[in-house]
Amino acid sequence: MLRVEEINVYYGNIQALKDVSLEINQGEIVTLIGANGAGKSTLLKTISGLLKPKQGQVIYEGRNIAGKAAQAIVKMGISHVPEGRRVFANMTVEENLDLGAYLRKDKAGIREDAEKVYGLFPRLLERRKQHSGTLSGGEQQMLAMGRALMARPRLLVLDEPSMGLAPLLVKTIFRIIEEINAAGTTILLVEQNAHMALSIASRAYVLETGRVVLSGTPDELNASEKVKMAYLGGH
Amino acid sequence: MELVQQLVNGISLGSIYALIALGYTMVYGIVKLINFAHGDVFMVGSFMGFYSITILDLSFFPALVLTMAACALFGVAIERIAYKPLRNATRIAALITAIGVSLLIEYGVIYFRGAQPEAYPGDVLPKETISLFGLSVSSQSIFILGVSVALMILLQFIVHKTKIGKAMRAVSHDADAARLMGINVNNTISATFAIGSALAGAAGVIFGTYYIKIEPLMGIIPGLKAFVAAVLGGIGIIPGAMVGGLLLGVIEALVSALGYSLWRDGAAFVVLILILIFLPSGLFGKNVREKV
Ligand SMILES: Nc1ncnc2c1ncn2[C@@H]1O[C@H](COP(=O)(O)OP(=O)(O)OP(=O)(O)O)[C@@H](O)[C@H]1O
Ligand SMILES: [Mg+2]
Repeated sequence: MLRVEEINVYYGNIQALKDVSLEINQGEIVTLIGANGAGKSTLLKTISGLLKPKQGQVIYEGRNIAGKAAQAIVKMGISHVPEGRRVFANMTVEENLDLGAYLRKDKAGIREDAEKVYGLFPRLLERRKQHSGTLSGGEQQMLAMGRALMARPRLLVLDEPSMGLAPLLVKTIFRIIEEINAAGTTILLVEQNAHMALSIASRAYVLETGRVVLSGTPDELNASEKVKMAYLGGH
Repeated sequence: MELVQQLVNGISLGSIYALIALGYTMVYGIVKLINFAHGDVFMVGSFMGFYSITILDLSFFPALVLTMAACALFGVAIERIAYKPLRNATRIAALITAIGVSLLIEYGVIYFRGAQPEAYPGDVLPKETISLFGLSVSSQSIFILGVSVALMILLQFIVHKTKIGKAMRAVSHDADAARLMGINVNNTISATFAIGSALAGAAGVIFGTYYIKIEPLMGIIPGLKAFVAAVLGGIGIIPGAMVGGLLLGVIEALVSALGYSLWRDGAAFVVLILILIFLPSGLFGKNVREKV
């Protein structure tokens, strides 16, 4: 479905991604783990069109989308839930969800999807008219995910959805990610919580200072000494 | 009675400030730029209105609509040519550019038509004294206030109920997050300049019909005062610009009414200094000190 081919991405003179390649097949949950500053968010931003790679290609359903405008990429079916949620704090929950469907014109379908999002996150339904800036961190994460789902993505890209959330809430979020996947949406998940991420992933990649250093199935990665030491707390 | 008429004058003048202040505040909200050329769009609007009325022989409303449309295009042109290439430059570079654009427009107008003032025909709007609740006020003041308020209501409708309005609010809050929704940020910024400039153009026509005399440097002082009004309300906040404009107009009128008309222009800047000291984020802003 998506193939990233040897991309190099820079911030000014600083190279953040070096010859990174990665593949996601239809229906998978692929996770990308790595330490702070490894370049995980940079990779996601390049896929969703917020950054342009200097070299390399991003092939989505047979077309190179590298360097295309973000709005064109959303339209093609990739939605990105950014790190730190980035909900529109000055707007209500409902308005945030509406903006998620910005490119769509099928009013009935939009309403149907909003119902689905409220079904997935009943907390959002209770707070429909509330300004999203006053939501808790967990609720904002739900809203950011719901907002991305409103575009009816085929590939949902999530950047550290568990960041700053209480363990119980992390569990809920991961369960919902699995539900979204089961309903037919392919998922690319960036996580620092490697344990949880590997527990739901079909395949995983490990990024270290801008390079992919390891990839494989969760079992393979769980068995790797290196991964154990660096990302699973040495157990 | 005198005081009531002064108050009404203040509100009319204030509604002109408010219309200009809206453009300042909307543009600041979305690109964090103090568009110092905005007062000159007001001036250009005033001249367009004048030519529409005198040369094209239009009456008030057609002249207003034509001017608003032309100023919208003018504002978009300014943004695309002068500001867009500097989108990622430092704020000071953009600010200096804005001052340059302002001078270019002022002296461009002088170059093409000369520096001499022009007078709006006196009969664009009926001039009568009407009595309201037993008080007599000029019909023009009421008319101006009505047109301004209608435009502000229209703006609120656009900003809160339409797709482009929602996109404007999203971009002004977080441009990258807006991109991820599929919003075209460049077009949204252009739309913001278009709407802000149309309102400044409307203010120009209203100003001309009310105060008669217009000239190429007329945008400077109202532009500065509208900027003060925008800061007074809280820069970037639309209702703040409306209230700030009206309040400033009323303050000026009261200063005049108290017999200090020479101090009228100074009053605006005293207000600015007081806000910056005591309410740095303005009346409607969250008053936490922002690092600049
Ligand atoms: N806007 C920017 N300008 C310059 N350098 C940047 C910028 N954004 C990120 N970087 C640098 O690029 C590298 C990769 O950053 P990135 O945000 O992709 O890391 P990450 O893996 O997502 O980290 P984290 O887990 O902390 O979110 C880092 O060294 C970072 O300092
Ligand atoms: Mg990151």
